[in-house]
Amino acid sequence: MAATDGASPNFAQRAAPILAGVLTLAALALLWQAVCQLGYINKFVAPAPLDIARSFPSLFIDENLAGRFLQTFGETFLSAGLAVAVGIPLGWFLHHKKLAGLAFESWVGGLAAAPLVLAYPLFLVLFGRNTATIVAMSFLSGLPAMVLKTKEGLDGTKRVLVNVGLSFGLKPATLFRKILLPAAMPSIANGVRLALILALINVVGVEFLINLGGLGELIDGLAQRWELAGMFGAILFVILTSVAFFWTTARVEKWFRPHG
Amino acid sequence: MVERSLSRPRPRRRLIGPVTALRVLAALSLWALWEGAARSGWFYEGALPSSFAVLAAGFNLLAQPDFYANLAVTLFEVAAAVAIGSGCGIAVGLALGAFRFAGRAFEPYVQYLAPAPKIIFLPVFMVLLGVDSSSKIAIGALSCFFPMALSVAAGVRQIDPVLLRVGRSFRLTASQTVAKIYLPALASPIATGLRLGLGVAIIGTLLSELQMSKNGLGFLIMQDYGRFDIAEMYAVLGLVFLLAALANGLIARGFRIKGR
Repeated sequence: MAATDGASPNFAQRAAPILAGVLTLAALALLWQAVCQLGYINKFVAPAPLDIARSFPSLFIDENLAGRFLQTFGETFLSAGLAVAVGIPLGWFLHHKKLAGLAFESWVGGLAAAPLVLAYPLFLVLFGRNTATIVAMSFLSGLPAMVLKTKEGLDGTKRVLVNVGLSFGLKPATLFRKILLPAAMPSIANGVRLALILALINVVGVEFLINLGGLGELIDGLAQRWELAGMFGAILFVILTSVAFFWTTARVEKWFRPHG
Repeated sequence: MVERSLSRPRPRRRLIGPVTALRVLAALSLWALWEGAARSGWFYEGALPSSFAVLAAGFNLLAQPDFYANLAVTLFEVAAAVAIGSGCGIAVGLALGAFRFAGRAFEPYVQYLAPAPKIIFLPVFMVLLGVDSSSKIAIGALSCFFPMALSVAAGVRQIDPVLLRVGRSFRLTASQTVAKIYLPALASPIATGLRLGLGVAIIGTLLSELQMSKNGLGFLIMQDYGRFDIAEMYAVLGLVFLLAALANGLIARGFRIKGR
């Protein structure tokens, strides 16, 4: 089971668990299919995997899955983009003004932990039932991560680098651009990733809750129409796209980390 | 020596430190901004009530027996969700952490599913479990499961192997090993998992109540939204945020005392 001590696992040792994971999933899907075929589960309660797979063309053609995907991801990128645009300057401010950092860092942490999504009726009252509500809520959910990660990265910049910059007589803006920002980049990249993930979770959740466009609305709409195969298909699509999204952002973030 | 210490001017004791002063100033500014906005007439009447109206609505709410009935429902649902979700999370986390093969095979799926928006599973649980408390508990439990499982799995890998070898030399059974070595060594990861899990369980349960429910605090929020009783809606949201913070603080304190 375990790799030989001190030696890195070979290809077979690395591939075996991955294969076991994939085969287990396939076995579970087969079992589910068999149970549905044999009539142990009512297909109006839990549709068979093959029916779910068959629903995909209809989801693309009749339900405009591609368009909804673009809408959800457009809202996600807009919200996260706003969080980045506001979060980096705020993070820099909390780093630069020590007193403000001491006073408000815990507040920003508290905002990150607050169940903001529960306040969606409040946002509906303030912004109306439109995309602005989704973007405002998702922006607020991604903002604390961006602020905290920017401050963390800037706080972690080696003092000697800053001193070298100061000894060359760099102006504050140049010091930020040439030294502080590159040194804080791995932490900022982590913040961007967190902001994107939190924004995506919020966008899909709020679309589902207020029934307004995108992938979230599709799931709710299909559930209301009791089109269960399509609903399971849409849920699967959301999960797969989220997994692909998280995987890609993790790779991009890794690229920013210092090597060696 | 005595003369010198007597002649040295005593440092003046400040009533409050600069950090507290800044926090108080910021809180007062935010409150003034809220009151100013509420009284400005820029917002739709009732959309942004005065803070005094919200406080009055909060006290009025606390005097109503209905509130406590709804609070009891939500507390029961959250407690059940945390118990089920964290119980399953601890079991799965132990398995993923203790067996390297299982960890490599299945942990990536748990990791990638963890940040997916759980609320999209609500229609599935409603179909399978009905529209009563069970589906809300299921969403809360599913939300709580992932942080607990990942925290415990990571914690198991950090257990000192010497402890496990000592257990083996004393011929402990599997259940004794879990009870005498794993669980005491995992107090901190379980506390972290519980804190994270509680937060997301509250969000999951209340979002489900907001979407479809006949009782609970989520139902109360939607009822206020439907009646456009925005002051009471703010008050309920404030109480929910307060309860979440209180529960989080209690867990942290409980584990700190136990850890002494």
